[in-house]
Amino acid sequence: MKNKEPLILAVVVFFTLATYYLVEPFAHSIMHKHFESEGFAYKDLPAITKKGNVARGKELVMGAGACTGCHAITSQGLEAPMNAVTAARSYGVNPPDLSNAGAVYDAKFLDALIKNPAHALMVEHKFTPESGKSYPMPKFYGAGGNMDQEVADMVAYLQSIAPKADKLTPAMAFETACGRCHAVRYEKWTQIGEKPEYKKKRDELEFNIRVLDYQDSLAKYMGTLPPDLSIYIRSRGEHYIKTFVENPQQYLKGTAMPRVGVNAEAADKVIEYLEDSGDTKRHERESVGKNVMIYIIIFAIFALLWKREVWRDLH
Amino acid sequence: MAHFTKATSIKDWLNQRLAIEKVEKVMASEYWIPKNINFLWAMGMVLVITFTFLLVSGIFLLMYYQPNVDLAFDSVNYTIMREVDFGWLWRNVHGVAASVVFLIIYIHMFTAIYYGSYKKGREMIWISGMLLFVAFSAEAFSGYMLPWGQMSYWAGMVITNLFSGGSLHADGLVEWIRGDYVPAQAFLSRFFMLHVLLIPVAILGLIGLHFGALRIPHVNNQDGEEIDFDKESKKYLAGDKAGSKVIRFANDFMSKDMLVVAIYLVFFFYLVFYHYGFAMDPVNFDPANGLKTPTHIYPEWYFLWSYEILRPFSTNIGLMAFAFAQVIFMMLPFLDRSPNTVPASRRGLFKYWFWAMLIDMIILTAMGKVPPIEPFGTIGFYAALTFIGLWIALPIITMFEKKA
Repeated sequence: MKNKEPLILAVVVFFTLATYYLVEPFAHSIMHKHFESEGFAYKDLPAITKKGNVARGKELVMGAGACTGCHAITSQGLEAPMNAVTAARSYGVNPPDLSNAGAVYDAKFLDALIKNPAHALMVEHKFTPESGKSYPMPKFYGAGGNMDQEVADMVAYLQSIAPKADKLTPAMAFETACGRCHAVRYEKWTQIGEKPEYKKKRDELEFNIRVLDYQDSLAKYMGTLPPDLSIYIRSRGEHYIKTFVENPQQYLKGTAMPRVGVNAEAADKVIEYLEDSGDTKRHERESVGKNVMIYIIIFAIFALLWKREVWRDLH
Repeated sequence: MAHFTKATSIKDWLNQRLAIEKVEKVMASEYWIPKNINFLWAMGMVLVITFTFLLVSGIFLLMYYQPNVDLAFDSVNYTIMREVDFGWLWRNVHGVAASVVFLIIYIHMFTAIYYGSYKKGREMIWISGMLLFVAFSAEAFSGYMLPWGQMSYWAGMVITNLFSGGSLHADGLVEWIRGDYVPAQAFLSRFFMLHVLLIPVAILGLIGLHFGALRIPHVNNQDGEEIDFDKESKKYLAGDKAGSKVIRFANDFMSKDMLVVAIYLVFFFYLVFYHYGFAMDPVNFDPANGLKTPTHIYPEWYFLWSYEILRPFSTNIGLMAFAFAQVIFMMLPFLDRSPNTVPASRRGLFKYWFWAMLIDMIILTAMGKVPPIEPFGTIGFYAALTFIGLWIALPIITMFEKKA
């Protein structure tokens, strides 16, 4: 009797893999648009031509009617002029604290943003002349000198006060880049900050009301409340999130979600934050997985030896 | 009353009361299995092991799951996945096993079709097996509702809608099944009950029936040979193990089973730890939202072939085709008119029927997942027609089959 088992196994494996290929990689390639990452290069934005002067940049950022009129820089002891809820009522969304901006955002992007925010953020379709609306952050029209030089100075200053790349935590990157629009309830993150542990129910309710007020303003500004990102790493996956953040318009034409302008390192930190939230046990999964595989392979070796032993007399 | 003597050992004590030696003989050492079999005969044991994984992991998940529309999603994705020690492991095992169990069921089914293991007294094995398939399908569907994600909600909506029967407009029946106009708390509660109690109990009963149905006709073999089990087992017991055509269930058959199970478990645990995404659809990681329909709604892969028999037709015809697909496999022993119980390779036209059916079902599966744009809509339509045509052709081609 010829042993047909290898042939049968090959047939079973072939049809299983064919089915898998068709319902997974193939079907998903039909259902979803696929975009390759540009590595957060922001090729459409012009390069910075001037070398920035930190001291001059500081004067410009802190100057009357400049950045700190709306933005906090808490690392430099500058609090925001308004609390988050009031600011959202005025602008739609709370303007970011600039303490970490130099580390989170791409320099070229910051440069373009200061000159023309709606353009850099890719939200010009929302603020057309016909709409009668203008982007809440005004364009910088220069402080009397060479504008390219002045903006380069400001960017240099923001980079000089920002934490070094290795000091930037995933939470800092997420909060600066995403956290003013997106809640992450599995990490207790709300749009107005991390929800503290309250001893009194009343204090907790007051906090919740502030969050709801903020979300009302935000939903009005964005058209809908941006989603909670707790397990977006599972529902969307790393590739989609990265390429979406790089250029939201390519997936969702007309979306109110701005291009965030994070640099590649900060994008990795944001992904790490989302993994901590939505795929918390990934390290444990890998280590347990390795041990289980070793155990099962040893089990299979014993099973093979037992089968041989038992079947020796049967052939 | 039976006569009991003072027991000489624990075994003797148990033997007088439970006849454990007799039970061991009937169930294992003198339960005779043909020797001429291949690894496909181990799929039953693989299914038992997979079902055990589902049961055990399900018990652990049940301790933390909350069947409430406001809590269900987070009880799975937060409590079980983050808070509970190894909750993620139980969930991955449960999710992957729920998907893989269908792969093994399909292999088991097509093995039976190929070797004609539903004929000549084995009809009840096939029918009880198909009832198990139905019960597992209901179990899988009800379980899929429980995380209360977008796919749970919308699959629940679409599948319960089928019961309106197209032009029959039996909307009352749909509402009765849902307990509401739309899937909501009543719907989740009852599918929870079905998933953790009623259907598992039915499955356990059907497994008993399926095993029982094997006893009298015995397990089939690779060549469809009719074996005199009494004669061959005597030969075995007389010491001619090599010459006998039968082997003991334990340890002979069991040792081969366990080898196949071990190889299967390498594959299974690889999926559990490194490649579980296919079993847990990304869309279901968004919480259920009745106001936001997902772009693509599709069932899990194991339902796709029957979904694609429904989809290419107009509502009423589609529902009839779907109903046909649900029951027709059950009828196989009666639609196959040939007296031959041999592998498909020795059965003339049936050989082509078998491979055509297998490939057609894979095409239906693939087309059931992709959106019905061209050319997929057309391919799906013709694959569905082919499926129906093959079943109509089956009695005819088998009637004229020559005696092998």
